[in-house]
Amino acid sequence: MTSLALPAPEPSVRRRASDLLYTRRGLLLALLLVPPLLWFGVIYLGSLFALLANAFFGLDDFTGQVVREFTLKNFVELTEPANLDVARRSVTMAVAVTLASIVLAFPVAYYMARHASGVQKAMLYIAVMLPLWSSYLVRLYAWKLLLAKEGAISWAAQQLHLTWLLDAVLKMPAVGGPSLSFSTFGTFVVFVYMWLPFMILPIQAAIERIPASMIEASGDLGAPPRTTFVKVIAPLAMPGIAAGSIFTFSLTLGDYIIPQVIGDSTLFIGQVVYRHQGVAGNIPFAAAFSLVPVVVVGVYLWIAKRLGAFDAL
Amino acid sequence: MVSMTTVQPSPQPSPRGRGGNTAVTLQSVSCTFGSGANAVRAVDGVDLEIEAGEFFTLLGPSGSGKTTCLRMIGGFTLPSAGRILIGGDDMSQQPPYARPVNTVFQDYALFPHMSIRDNVAYSLMVRGVARAERAKRADELLALVQLPGVGDRRPAQLSGGQRQRVALARALINRPQVLLLDEPLGALDLKLREQMQSELKALQRRLGITFLFITHDQHEALSMSDRVGVFNQGRLEQVGTPHEVYNAPATPFVARFVGAANVLDGDTAQRLTGTPSAMLRPERIRLGGENGARASGVISEVQYFGAFTRVKVDAAGTTLQADLPDQDGLPGTGATVHLHWDARAVHPLAGAAA
Repeated sequence: MTSLALPAPEPSVRRRASDLLYTRRGLLLALLLVPPLLWFGVIYLGSLFALLANAFFGLDDFTGQVVREFTLKNFVELTEPANLDVARRSVTMAVAVTLASIVLAFPVAYYMARHASGVQKAMLYIAVMLPLWSSYLVRLYAWKLLLAKEGAISWAAQQLHLTWLLDAVLKMPAVGGPSLSFSTFGTFVVFVYMWLPFMILPIQAAIERIPASMIEASGDLGAPPRTTFVKVIAPLAMPGIAAGSIFTFSLTLGDYIIPQVIGDSTLFIGQVVYRHQGVAGNIPFAAAFSLVPVVVVGVYLWIAKRLGAFDAL
Repeated sequence: MVSMTTVQPSPQPSPRGRGGNTAVTLQSVSCTFGSGANAVRAVDGVDLEIEAGEFFTLLGPSGSGKTTCLRMIGGFTLPSAGRILIGGDDMSQQPPYARPVNTVFQDYALFPHMSIRDNVAYSLMVRGVARAERAKRADELLALVQLPGVGDRRPAQLSGGQRQRVALARALINRPQVLLLDEPLGALDLKLREQMQSELKALQRRLGITFLFITHDQHEALSMSDRVGVFNQGRLEQVGTPHEVYNAPATPFVARFVGAANVLDGDTAQRLTGTPSAMLRPERIRLGGENGARASGVISEVQYFGAFTRVKVDAAGTTLQADLPDQDGLPGTGATVHLHWDARAVHPLAGAAA
């Protein structure tokens, strides 16, 4: 018998490096995680920490310089009626936008996840994402034109003899105004439009993860479609709804451009923060104010967890 | 027990003789998916009667239409033609929640966001049974499937075999007229599967509920069922007791699919058996002397199975499989052997072999 002895290949540097990474999993993990952790730790958490720290600093009224001494003055200032009003208005808007987005997004997401397939599904994806391909500002000013007094919407209302409906909306206290583009209702419409994709996609992903057999099992066990929806589909879609609502909620709370372009020029949190850190140079107060959304979203997540929104994760 | 005198005459009498009650009737049921040129006939004109209290198995290869058949009985898929009667009522177009049947799904389909107890009691919750009563019944059912004390856990905390039992308890809590089981044992390992087979069978006898079981595993079908229906390409090829299906297959397909078989046709069949088409089970073939041998040939392949050894013999212009009892001194590949069998071992098949 002749034995077939292959010469052992000379281990190359690449080969040895790959062996090293294969045998030392810790090293591989470190190589993969250190860059994002640096980014996350230093830039992301660092800036958040700087924000937090700034909120406890004061401002020298005379020089306009930041005084690095611990003070709760900013938080006392937050409780002034005008500031509370801004916070209340912003949170109300965020809640309204989130609820409207859930109601509008769910049927679309459900259809995309459970019924559409092939080309239809691709088209729906594109339709949902398409607005994100163009500039936010361009879309915002397009809405300004649509909502204006002589804009497309009031023209359409006129043609359909629905001017009375438009007038009724505009006459509503608190949300109305001289025209849609100068009303809180208009701000609301544009907010919902801007953030809707961020609600549809997570809900769609959550619904897609529900196995068809689970919905069938519910029906099999005697549940009519409504019960199946309440007891099986909605709870299992809840992580998606929670994820989507974090987007819509925090994006609404943080935005300072939409209410500036469309609305009745009452202030939202984002605008106040923007003004204080920009024109006024009062970074400590801006920092304190921008902690409001952080706290509100934190409380929201805590409530969602208590209600079991993440049980199906 | 119901007396045997009430049994209606039928071509395939049930060995259990539960009386003339029919649990499920399929009348010329067809199911077509897609349309036009892409249309696929998953189920093609199936007629079937399943008696009350029977353990009935639909056996067939994947894609043969057996699962579609079960889904039509459950109401998840509607038939394109024909009628489905459950307990004598036409349920062809009823939604699943209106049907007196429950299903054990292949993937168990337990609700991940509910406790095991709430899973089992789901149908009671839907019907508005009070919470305390629900919990009591669910715990009873969990005891029945030998899983006491897991009520507070979540499905993710149980093993596959345990989830299987929970799915069974959940489907049985309403005492359905028919329990549909869609390849429920497929995901279990062999030992666990065998254990579940005998437990399922015992449970069915104890509860007296009609079980409609789906499997592609012929051993499972033969060992558990009162009657077996063999599916092929959307059609029911044969319905009969396991004994009938194994020993007297109606078609070459059934002969091949249920157990190993030598299916002979044409000249070979004429020469060896005197019929145009016949089946000979490998375990009915013995080795012997040249004298009186029905065929002689050379062993081309030997496969060891433990309980028996399967040899393939090139003989009489064909290849015959013979399953020989495990013993020392079996001839190896290349050896010439003489094959013997009893004339009664040959089962003539209707129609030419496919």
